[in-house]
Amino acid sequence: MKYIDEFRDPALARRLLDDIAARSTRPANLMEFCGGHTHAAFKFGIRQLLPPTVKLLSGPGCPVCVTANADLDRAIAIARLPGVITTTFGDMLKVPGSRSSLQRARADGADVRIVYSTLDAVQIARQNPERRVVFLGVGFETTAPTVAAAVLQAEALGLSNFYVLSMHKLTPPATQAILRAGEVRLSGIIGPGHVTTIIGSDAWQFLPRDHGIPVAVAGFETLDIIRGVRSLVEQVESGRPGVVNTYSRSVRPEGNRTAIDVMYRVLEVSDAEWRGFGLVPDSGLSLRQEFARFDAARAFPVAPGPVREHKGCPCGEVLRGVVAPPECPLFRRACTPQNPIGPCMVSAEGACAAYFRYGEEV
Amino acid sequence: MPKTGKILMAHGSGGQLSHDLVEQVFLKHFHNPTLANLDDAAVLPYFANDSRFALTTDSYVIHPLFFPGGDIGKLAVCGTVNDLSMRGARPLYLTAGFILEEGLPLEDLERIVTSMAATARAAGIQVVAGDTKVVERGNADGLFINTAGVGLVPDGVNISGADAQAGDVVIVSGTIGDHGMTIMSQREGLSFNTPLVSDCAPLNGLVAALLEASSAVHCLRDPTRGGLATVLNELARRSRVGIEIKETHIPVRSAVQGLCELLGLDPLYVANEGKLVVVVAEKDAKEVLAAMRTHEYGTDAAVIGRIVLAHPGRVVLRTALGTCRIVDMLVGEQLPRIC
Repeated sequence: MKYIDEFRDPALARRLLDDIAARSTRPANLMEFCGGHTHAAFKFGIRQLLPPTVKLLSGPGCPVCVTANADLDRAIAIARLPGVITTTFGDMLKVPGSRSSLQRARADGADVRIVYSTLDAVQIARQNPERRVVFLGVGFETTAPTVAAAVLQAEALGLSNFYVLSMHKLTPPATQAILRAGEVRLSGIIGPGHVTTIIGSDAWQFLPRDHGIPVAVAGFETLDIIRGVRSLVEQVESGRPGVVNTYSRSVRPEGNRTAIDVMYRVLEVSDAEWRGFGLVPDSGLSLRQEFARFDAARAFPVAPGPVREHKGCPCGEVLRGVVAPPECPLFRRACTPQNPIGPCMVSAEGACAAYFRYGEEV
Repeated sequence: MPKTGKILMAHGSGGQLSHDLVEQVFLKHFHNPTLANLDDAAVLPYFANDSRFALTTDSYVIHPLFFPGGDIGKLAVCGTVNDLSMRGARPLYLTAGFILEEGLPLEDLERIVTSMAATARAAGIQVVAGDTKVVERGNADGLFINTAGVGLVPDGVNISGADAQAGDVVIVSGTIGDHGMTIMSQREGLSFNTPLVSDCAPLNGLVAALLEASSAVHCLRDPTRGGLATVLNELARRSRVGIEIKETHIPVRSAVQGLCELLGLDPLYVANEGKLVVVVAEKDAKEVLAAMRTHEYGTDAAVIGRIVLAHPGRVVLRTALGTCRIVDMLVGEQLPRIC
């Protein structure tokens, strides 16, 4: 595909990398918020080509990983209710909660179905009027508008058997939480390309303004990531932090107004619990009162039992960038993709999965 | 038998309907004297000399039953023919066991059997024994097919996954990931408008051509489930050698690449049904590549890497940027990303 080749040109990549090496004189700890960036940087072999001054840290940008055990437990408990069809993106299936997983619930007889789009979940509700269909709303600002659109479609169709368990999260508050905690010294942030397509690059202005930290919003191809890193190195060296959009073919300063409007028509900002962060104020999305009848949290009062965390699993620290996956004592020993202990090893966007798959020294 | 009918439990009862099904569907399409005897077992000529038999079995459970470029019947014949071919055997005979779901349209069954027969003819093999069972609705996804295949391994041909040697060249017979991405784009909910077609094909002809070109072919593998990456890992482990491949040399169709990018999948791990990997001594690599490229199922064949002494058991990929990374076995299933 021409479109892909243009953004993977090795000669151009080499020139940009040489430029980074020439410019970089001081340490630059750069956090890629998004798990997609972590995986792409490994897959394309970019990390090995950065100068020793530039370090890439993985952030919390894996929707499945940041879902708290309390939310997972509730989703699993709802899935086990008779007459319920649970629809979910595939990544959620294997994530262990306190005592079980959706995969195990399915083996025990729960009707859990993988869908590729929220609208497929609405379709399943239409085809099964005698069943109650729950969609597990996991994801950031990228997926939330599609979930809102599904609720609007269900309303338009007059469906009374479609529900959403909203566990959606907002990315700027989590970034703020990392900086406020002050556990990691960050010199810059690679802004999540897909999320910023929705929320707009202006949404990151608070980082240079309030924290003095530069942002480079980047896409997911080889040259996109290298350009993002180069922009951050430039900003670190010049001491003039700002928000630079290196993904202008997708991202605008104001974002996608249509998507944002749909999202906030159905959902409203609420506090949310994140794995690794605890309760972060105004960092989640819940269904508005007028859409309460689609809210699985209200329609299915379940008591999943006390929340338990796996002892010794530092996924929370990994998500905050405090612990790198190879520093975890369980990594590659007790915790592997076959037998994941924490969600960061399960998800295709998880940092531990990326380090496991690509990070071994050749 | 009415063409518009459906499979009933009685089709598996052994009574009149069972006989009708055998006569009017299976015998009609798989016609050959051995099967036509309708005896309890096929009796076949004995091949003396020093030839060895190759025997394999496989089961086919796929959804959807029909896809661009093939169907479950074609897949069953190709899969079995290819398994035999990967040991250097010349496939001769096939058996076919059908597990039919009550309610399966007879028209669909006949379409599948017709396709199996056509593929068998193209591959030059005969279906000489078969069986049919019917299970209640809900207990099978339309139909399942189980096959066994028998082939003969000519004298002097010794091919196994344990024979790769340092210095050997690794060739793939064409673009990877076509079958897996075709199936994925057809599945419910993924309504992509792609020009993709499954590569499903019998590879015995291609294998015969490349074995003719060289007596130093050390390994043959068809990268089905788990894709190219998994097969290379199997070869590296079984032969206790390292494998080095170059990202830019691996042929991938742009539509496959695009769809993989969109879903967050890696074509290295996507299934193929009409491709093979050859490990051949360097001295014969050119001849083998040339022979493959003149065959209809090998026109896009390419050298993708080498067998090395370093890192035994591991596959290392050199990226377009010139860096190296390990390509591991596929763990679990590749699932599309959320974000």
